[in-house]
Amino acid sequence: MSAVEVRDLVKSFGATRALDGANWCAEAGRVTAVLGPNGAGKSTTIECLQGLQRPDSGIARVLGEDPWGAPAEHRARVGLMLQDGGLPSMTTPPTLLTHLAGMYADPADPAALTKRLGIDEFARTIVRRLSGGQRQRVALAAALVGRPDVLFLDEPTAGMDPHTRLDVWDIVREQADGGVAVVLATHSFDEADRVADDIVIMDRGRVRAFGPRSEVAGAKSLEDVYFSLTGRGER
Amino acid sequence: MTTVTGRRAAARVIRIRRQASFEARTMLRNGEQLLVAFILPAMAMVGLKFVSVPDLGLRRIDVIVPGVLALAVVSTAFTSQAIATAFDRRNGVLRLLGTTPLGRDGLLGGKALATGFVLAFHVLALSILGMALGWRPDLAGLVPGVVTIVLGAGCFVALAMLVAGRLRAEAVLAVANLLWVVFLGLGLLLPTSTLPSGVAAVARWLPSGALGDGLRAALAEGRWPVGPSLALVVWGAVGALLATRIFRWSD
Repeated sequence: MSAVEVRDLVKSFGATRALDGANWCAEAGRVTAVLGPNGAGKSTTIECLQGLQRPDSGIARVLGEDPWGAPAEHRARVGLMLQDGGLPSMTTPPTLLTHLAGMYADPADPAALTKRLGIDEFARTIVRRLSGGQRQRVALAAALVGRPDVLFLDEPTAGMDPHTRLDVWDIVREQADGGVAVVLATHSFDEADRVADDIVIMDRGRVRAFGPRSEVAGAKSLEDVYFSLTGRGER
Repeated sequence: MTTVTGRRAAARVIRIRRQASFEARTMLRNGEQLLVAFILPAMAMVGLKFVSVPDLGLRRIDVIVPGVLALAVVSTAFTSQAIATAFDRRNGVLRLLGTTPLGRDGLLGGKALATGFVLAFHVLALSILGMALGWRPDLAGLVPGVVTIVLGAGCFVALAMLVAGRLRAEAVLAVANLLWVVFLGLGLLLPTSTLPSGVAAVARWLPSGALGDGLRAALAEGRWPVGPSLALVVWGAVGALLATRIFRWSD
């Protein structure tokens, strides 16, 4: 059984078909990067896998369960880093992380996460006053604090400085090496090239390519394959 | 994959209790919340005590304090909750917490407990201030008074979710503050009987008039305010029903 399964997934918003029969899966111990232009259906897929959206048809499975209305025990095994952060604005990062850790029976140590992600540098600043990159670090810590089996990261390094990006990629690799199934939605070929074991290329709600990175890219660069598959190959 | 041994989520009761304490601390540290839910009602109490209009009868303070408590209920249960929920929704907080073991029902439970706790704190503090100014509530009205406060809080939280459920956060900020002033004038702070008769006939059955008149009937006259209680239940039920229909967890 794959840790994450997407089969014939369809989701429309009014007249817009955000997902038009997508198929792919993600395995434990591997990093799966989902690439695609804006509006390709990456975020909608992740929202379906998180139980935030209910698919019109098709199957979304995480750890063998339907995420829509899944119980607390299931949610405890899945970590999520949202594109918009989703952090309460009037609290400091350590207070927030300690609070979130309290939702789990056996969480990671918030202080260790704080140190590892360099959050201690701005520990006394409330979330509202943090920079975009700082907020991203807190959001990543929030996704990791429950020691998840499946980790969803939506644009995890957007707005981060180059050093922090390297740190984040190390953490992603460590998580996968520790047996976690990591699903990472990204715009960055660089990011996909560096950390992904498997690649999903999406465009207009459909999957254009799916497989191990070496197979998807073949002899060409990931960037060339991406542009040829998403309709801009003639450039 | 990691082998799963034992439970992964903290127990439900613990999750809700922790969320309640987190929300209550956030509310009590928020200066605007303190201003609208304690300082302004306290100023209204002191101000009304030392002027002579409108005529409220012999024991003026006994009519003023229940109205001030009603105002505190609306500040905490309606204005603060509507604004906080709208901004949490816009910032994606409701989405994120909904995917943690806390979940949406735990989030609602935590918010309800926190609102109750913060409201109890403000009601107690304003009651002590009232007694210092000479307020002597009718002891027979204490139980009806507490029940009316609980019904009023439930009703106004439902209305807060209705306002916060769809509109943009900035619009909620404006509407929630505007309605606070409208409610204040329509039977909350002063008896509906002090309003012009045409307005009074309507205000009596609005959530503001029902809560204000209900608390005055209980605490000043020691009566069970049956009519106002029914009005609060109906407004609360309609508000909750509509809120569950239109509420969006994210923008």
